[in-house]
Amino acid sequence: MPSAAAELVFDEATKVYPGREGAAVDHLSLTVPAGEICVLVGPSGGGKTTALKLVNRLIPLTGGDIRIDGTSILDHDLVELRRSIGYVIQQVGLFPHMTIEANIGTVPKLLGRDRKWIRRRVAELLELVGLDPDKDRKRFPAELSGGQRQRVGLARALAANPSLMLMDEPFGAIDPIVRARLQDEFLRLQHELRKTVVFVTHDIDEAIKLGDRIAILREGGRLAQYDTPQRILEQPVDDFVADFVGRDRALKALSLRTLGDLEPTSAAGDGLPRLPAETNLRDALAVLIAEHREALVVVGADGRALGVVKREDLLR
Amino acid sequence: MTGWLLAGGPVIPNFGRPSACLKRNGWFCTDWMGKHWGDTLQPALVQHIELTLVAVGIGFAIAFLLALVGFRWRIFDAPLGGLTDLLYAIPSIALFQLLVPLTGLTVTTVEIALTSYTLFILYRNILSGLRSVPDEVLESARGMGFTRLQTFVRVELPLAAPAILAGVRIATVATISIATVAAFLIQYGLGAPIFDAIETPDLFKTELLASGGLAILLALTADGLLAVVQRAVTPWNRLR
Repeated sequence: MPSAAAELVFDEATKVYPGREGAAVDHLSLTVPAGEICVLVGPSGGGKTTALKLVNRLIPLTGGDIRIDGTSILDHDLVELRRSIGYVIQQVGLFPHMTIEANIGTVPKLLGRDRKWIRRRVAELLELVGLDPDKDRKRFPAELSGGQRQRVGLARALAANPSLMLMDEPFGAIDPIVRARLQDEFLRLQHELRKTVVFVTHDIDEAIKLGDRIAILREGGRLAQYDTPQRILEQPVDDFVADFVGRDRALKALSLRTLGDLEPTSAAGDGLPRLPAETNLRDALAVLIAEHREALVVVGADGRALGVVKREDLLR
Repeated sequence: MTGWLLAGGPVIPNFGRPSACLKRNGWFCTDWMGKHWGDTLQPALVQHIELTLVAVGIGFAIAFLLALVGFRWRIFDAPLGGLTDLLYAIPSIALFQLLVPLTGLTVTTVEIALTSYTLFILYRNILSGLRSVPDEVLESARGMGFTRLQTFVRVELPLAAPAILAGVRIATVATISIATVAAFLIQYGLGAPIFDAIETPDLFKTELLASGGLAILLALTADGLLAVVQRAVTPWNRLR
């Protein structure tokens, strides 16, 4: 069973729907290094979902190639290819007539794993995604909340330990508070699992938060920029990208760094606001503005003051 | 069958020593019930159940195949639906008359008619059940590497089960009701004692009530049993 992350290469990948003007995905070339999250983002009509579905051949390529660890997807048996790739969609698509356990065990069962192995794996995965292995395994999808269902969707995609995950707006239908929590947990999981992930979203903030790299697609499925979040925010290649990331891109760039990344000075901090080191710079700035202060005290995990940071340090 | 009526009996048939209730043709004479359960009512009930099981069973097999064709090739859906529509629209007595020259005054004739009536209900229910599977469920099945057959057997069919079983329930109850008309052709099923009672010059109330009541009871029991089966095999469906 594949477990190590795979490198994914789009090589001039092109999709033209018959009878439709122009391409949906137009000569897309990019490489997702093994173990990284690549977020495809862009306006609707940008072909991001189409590009994702080209990978597991839910949509057939018109031209070009896509390779996983050097092997063309066209050289794989279709069914085996799909079973080897984790797939998560926005509406989750859990099987309503199967228990959570059976849902998560779907692909291992298709692959011929025995029941004991599947049971153990399901318990492990439920724990991993923050559900209760004893209480939740025998429930049906209709008994879960939207957020819980998406956790099950994620567990199901991870069940056969795929080296590549495709995620199509997985948190798009979930309310903002739960979405933020799922994003955090997903990042924590990814830190452990180190899968290669292709993640589609229309939300640039989600892209910045989750992506190791971001591919911005423009109308007609053309790649506008493929870069790290930092570089996309600081050096957008053109007006389209700059517009898409928004006028507040400087602020968004601040959210990529935390107080812990700065070097606090040991000035006196009496009466200044105290913030934990993991606070991002954008939130720290917001606190300074709200409290009409010029500096703040950075606090370590043990509650001890690490030092003082001034407003201009944040903006440097 | 019992034969006493076909022989053109008296106003109140000769039952040996008739009770006072039977003499005045009362609504429900328990002594007649007791005496004729074994020779009239019970065999008629068994025959009725047999008529129904065979009709629904064969009807289900045919409707399932037709629904598969309509599901797989959409262009066949409308013609097949129209055909079952047409069959259902033919009055049962007329259909019997049409079939008699071919299959005679036999149980087969009755079963052909009853079966053709179940098709209308079953075909539609099976097809709508199969089509009720949400797109995202089908997409995730495909994305996870189900083959077409696996998708059908493990996803589409189980998810269609509530609609299919609902169809079986309606078809069964309808068949139990329509099967009484079989007595128009042959002395078979619960229709026979009902016809006997009606054809008695003064209307034999006890027999009418007893056999009619049995038909109703049978329909209700079948419906109840199938409802239990439906709940048992689709536990997930109650939650939706």
